[in-house]
Amino acid sequence: MLAALRRKETYQKYFKSLKFALYCITHPLDGFWDLTHEKRGTYAAANTILFLTLLIRILKLRYTSFIFITVYWEDINIFLYIASVAFPLAMFVIGNWGITTLFDGKGRLGQVYMASCYALTPYPLIQFPLMFFSNFVTVDEAEFYSALSVISLVWAALLFVAAMGQIHEFNLGKNILFIIASLFAMLVIVFILLLFFSMISQGVAYFISLGKEIMFRL
Amino acid sequence: MKRIIKTVSAIVLGAMILAAPSMSALALENSYTYNYDYWGDVQDSPNAYTVTKVFPAAAFGLELNFKNPEGLFVQGDMVYICDTGNNRIVQLQRTGTEQFEVVRIIDSIKGDTSVKNLSGPTDIAVSEEGDLFISDKGNARIVRVDSDLNYKLEFGLPVDSTVSADATFQPSKIVIDTAGRVYCIATGINQGLCKYEADGTFSGFVGATPVTYNWMDYIWKRFATQEQRVRLASFVPTAYDNIYMDQEGFIYACASGQTEEDLDSGAAQAIRKLNLLGSNILVENGEYPAYGDLYWGEGGGYEGPSQYTDVTVMDNDIYVCLDKNRGRLFGYDDQGKMVFAFGGNGNMDGYFRRPAAIEHMGHDLIVLDSLDCSLTLFTPTEFGELVYQAIEQFDDGDYNESGESWRKVMELDGNYDLAYIGIGRSLLRQEKYHEAMDYFELKYDDDNYSKAYKQYRKEWVEDHIVIIVIVILVVFLVPLTIGKIRDIKNEIDIADIFRI
Repeated sequence: MLAALRRKETYQKYFKSLKFALYCITHPLDGFWDLTHEKRGTYAAANTILFLTLLIRILKLRYTSFIFITVYWEDINIFLYIASVAFPLAMFVIGNWGITTLFDGKGRLGQVYMASCYALTPYPLIQFPLMFFSNFVTVDEAEFYSALSVISLVWAALLFVAAMGQIHEFNLGKNILFIIASLFAMLVIVFILLLFFSMISQGVAYFISLGKEIMFRL
Repeated sequence: MKRIIKTVSAIVLGAMILAAPSMSALALENSYTYNYDYWGDVQDSPNAYTVTKVFPAAAFGLELNFKNPEGLFVQGDMVYICDTGNNRIVQLQRTGTEQFEVVRIIDSIKGDTSVKNLSGPTDIAVSEEGDLFISDKGNARIVRVDSDLNYKLEFGLPVDSTVSADATFQPSKIVIDTAGRVYCIATGINQGLCKYEADGTFSGFVGATPVTYNWMDYIWKRFATQEQRVRLASFVPTAYDNIYMDQEGFIYACASGQTEEDLDSGAAQAIRKLNLLGSNILVENGEYPAYGDLYWGEGGGYEGPSQYTDVTVMDNDIYVCLDKNRGRLFGYDDQGKMVFAFGGNGNMDGYFRRPAAIEHMGHDLIVLDSLDCSLTLFTPTEFGELVYQAIEQFDDGDYNESGESWRKVMELDGNYDLAYIGIGRSLLRQEKYHEAMDYFELKYDDDNYSKAYKQYRKEWVEDHIVIIVIVILVVFLVPLTIGKIRDIKNEIDIADIFRI
């Protein structure tokens, strides 16, 4: 591992795969096909993009002009804020993989994750400059900000659809069907998690009360 | 290791014991006066008003106590109280800061009319020439008398196709304009305000509230049978509770009983400012609509939105609404931003049992309580006077002085949003844009911030135009030149004459 870090090719590969994200967002079909089939993407780059997305989402709170975002700091929990992106993403990746494996999806779990992260690229790419731009506009010019902000989200969403189709080698209809199915899979995961945690806490509470009772009787 | 744990736990325990009294001190009760900040959080505030005195009827030397008084009117230093339950109107004169003297008791009128005794007068208005307009509810009329109570004119049931001719006219609240026209709220009439010309003829309804209904009721009604439909509540405009005409002739009308959803969605307004055409022109630039309390949860046995029962408008365009639900007074400025809120239900001075009417005398406020049968006189505190002073100075164009007054307000209450915005607006007028921006940003006033920022940006660009041009030139010219040089170099390199 350390030996790999010392080699120059590792970095070259990393930067090349990071740069490939720019190709992906402009040529989604071609790009996401090559991402896994030609092995032009790396996990390191995918993690970087996800990290940047989360980082910029947090930075936005502080550095966007108050005209667009007013933050009630007392209510901000940074971990919850990170989880609000990372948790749905993780659930989507797992749900999507779980469903598509049953129906001829060619993508593996890691590939779904990688493609999802690559699809997020427009968000940091547009939101970061936008964050500074927001401090130089007035209320009358707010439309520019909102439009660009919406573009970054819509673009990322479209990339998401394209990415899933290319990873699993689905046609458009099947792809959209399975994205919707993945959303239901997410609901199922949430349900099971809730069930799991409430069961665990009930179980723990049972043994604690049992212990208390025994202590009381002794 | 164990020792470390012991020390740490001892320190933590000690800290908790030390912190305990200060923690309980934090849980103080809310102050009498409060305000809402940008986030809608309740911010305690210094008192804007204090009770000067509470006057029961006996304090004026009246033998007969008030009985269910409903109406209040102030003109100059004269106060008229409509003692509805006793069929009389008491006219008082303010002779000192906390002294009123009875001028006369009006229980009957003279002149050319068959019905001379008043019956359940609910409201009174006095014109500039001294004519009295009395809403004589029990006698189903609004009567105009001169200053010596000689009968002049009478206004009766509106003659309109929507009003049944054999209905009883029950006028409850009236205002008059300078031309002697009468606007009246009548019980059972929800088409708006009844407007009468100076000669007594009815000339139409103005300013009905928009009809609101929710979709569930609407769909339910489509499937209901004829008999069921009759029993369901019909979609009708809410009748107003009270009206007030400000010095410019605009009518402020308040209504209570709107549903929470309608208030929230903006479909219904608790307070409206009507122009001559009867449309609502109230400016609502505040973060929250001018509907009083923002939190409608049950507390102390009271729940639901504030129920405005009366409103009064001061000369500086600050209007104060009286909430009969929680017994509170809400003051708003001409931009619809809350200036103060105070009061409550109870028996102490400054609290009410069933507040019915509010009037102002200069900056003083007079509130009539119909259950407690008393008059409460409020006088502004130093804080309240400073706020008024700052607002009035700004309206008069004394922007520097207004800024100074707002700074004094801020010294008294650092949580007062209007002070920051006031200082900002004053700085904006003094063309100190960058400082103004800081104040607006602190209180999230994006409109004013944008105004200041626009000017600041313009100034900045004008000051730095040379640098901007240079930077643009550098950004465009340098790559261009480099490209050109490379081309030339390339051409030289491949040129035949240099080949050996």
